[in-house]
Formats: sequence, structure tokens, C-alpha cells
Amino acid sequence: MALPSEPHNHDNCRHLLGSLSDYVDGDLEEWLCAEIEHHLEDCENCRVVVDTLKKTVYLYHVTTEPKQMPREVKERLFKRLNLDDLIDKVK
Amino acid sequence: MNESTIQPVQAEGFSLQALKAGDRAEFSRMVEIYSGNIYRLTLKMLNDPQDAEDVLQETFIKAFRGLKNFDGRSRLSTWLFRIATNEALMYLRRKRPTFVSIDEPVETEEGEQRPVQIVDWCCMPESELMSQEARQHLDEAVERLPHSLRVVFLLRDIEDLSTAETAEVLGLSDTAVKTRLSRARMRLREDLSVYFSEAPGFSGLKER
Repeated sequence: MALPSEPHNHDNCRHLLGSLSDYVDGDLEEWLCAEIEHHLEDCENCRVVVDTLKKTVYLYHVTTEPKQMPREVKERLFKRLNLDDLIDKVK
Repeated sequence: MNESTIQPVQAEGFSLQALKAGDRAEFSRMVEIYSGNIYRLTLKMLNDPQDAEDVLQETFIKAFRGLKNFDGRSRLSTWLFRIATNEALMYLRRKRPTFVSIDEPVETEEGEQRPVQIVDWCCMPESELMSQEARQHLDEAVERLPHSLRVVFLLRDIEDLSTAETAEVLGLSDTAVKTRLSRARMRLREDLSVYFSEAPGFSGLKER
């Protein structure tokens, strides 16, 4: 395993924090992405932050409830809009 | 022909002409398709089913009245989200006038809040990460976000709008949307880290 070529500078962590959300979205310019990946190679703490940040976003994506609303809410909405004759009729 | 005068005739599968002319069947189809998204957003913004339902109804009443002026430059869904978001923020201001501002400056001088929780809970079994109790905690963590961050998180990560669409809905710059989304996610990460590291299933996993 290659040893880090320079002492780890924790100022870098702070400097990169604001970019981690874009990083997990794959939405960063190449040079910044490379800088983060280089930093992650020898910063265990930042690796944990990135992994748990990714998992956080993932958990919200997969647990989002379907967009159905309660039947009675839908019925009152259609009634309020004077569309009760059209509820479930148009596709 | 001057291109700028060409009006789109279709929007996301709807006939704009019919919608603008007040066609009830076409409007009803639009309500059918988008009301679920709007209700989910307003419910999570307001945490009150009655208020969420009121805002849902107001949104489509305003949409019906406003459609004749809809120019088709934004997506219909983005336009509906904008009406709903404005309406919901107005509700919040009425209830808690001092706490709600979507325009509050992003505090740049402090930079990003440093992560406090450095615990790797990623390897916990999904059955625990997505248990009924965990799901409830996920919801509560969103409720604890300040409104200015919460609405950005809901539009981007729950309703799956792009950065540009979210910026358009909220009248913010793309950069402001990204900054707020980053802060929202980092806060949620902190919150979930505390929660999962205290969960029974976490014991035995390596703490770093």
C-alpha cells in the first residue's frame, strides 16, 4: 500500500465539505472530483462522511412513500374544483 | 416566422390549448396526475394534514385561474410546484411569522458546519435502516430542518426536481439551491448518524 506522500492536512476536509453533496450526485467539475478522491485516499473520517452522506440520500430515495393521497382528500379536492363528476373518469 | 412567437401546444402530454380554454376534462386529468405530488410536498412542508389539504385545493384553484396566462416556458409541473410552494410558505408565515423566510441569506462566513458524527453505519442491514421506526425517524429529521433548507431538500430529493427546476420554483440561483441542498443533507446525515449509532443493531459494528 502506498504511503501518503504528505502529512494529512485537516484544513482540507473543511474546504471540501461544501462540495461533498455535489460529489455524491456526480455533479462536480473533474478537477474538484479528482481533488476529493485524492483526499479520500488518506482521510478515513471524510470517507465515513461521504459514505454515510450517500447512504442518507439513498435511504430517502428508497423510502419515499408513493404519491397517493387518502381517498377522501382526493374526493374533497375534486368537489372543491367542481370536478366531482370527472373523478376517476379521465385517464 | 419568428420563433419566439411559436407557442408550445403540448406540455407533458397535455393539450395546452384545451387547458388554457378551461377544458374541464383536460384540467381534471392534470389534477389526477399531479395532485399526489403536490399533496406529498405540502404535507411534508407543513406537517399538518388539514393545512396541506387546504394548500392543495388552493394550488389547483389558482392554477385553474392562472392557466390562461401560462406561457409554457416552464414545465407544467414546475409551475404547479411554484404555486404550491408559495402558498405553503404563506401559510407558514401566517402561523409563525418570525421563523419563515426562504430568502434568508446563506451564512457564508461560517462556511460549512463541521461534521460531528463520524460513525460508519452504512453496513447495517437494510431491514434495520428501513424499519418502520427508522422511517419515522427519517421523517422527523426532515421536520427538524429549517424551512429554507427543508423545501429545497423536498423538491430535489423527494420530488426529484433538477437543480434548475428547484431554482425556478423558489426563485433562487442554482448555486443557492446547491448550497441549501448540501446543508440539508449534511444535517440529515448528522441526525441519522446519531440515531443509527444508538440503534441496537449497530452494536458489534466497527466504530471508527
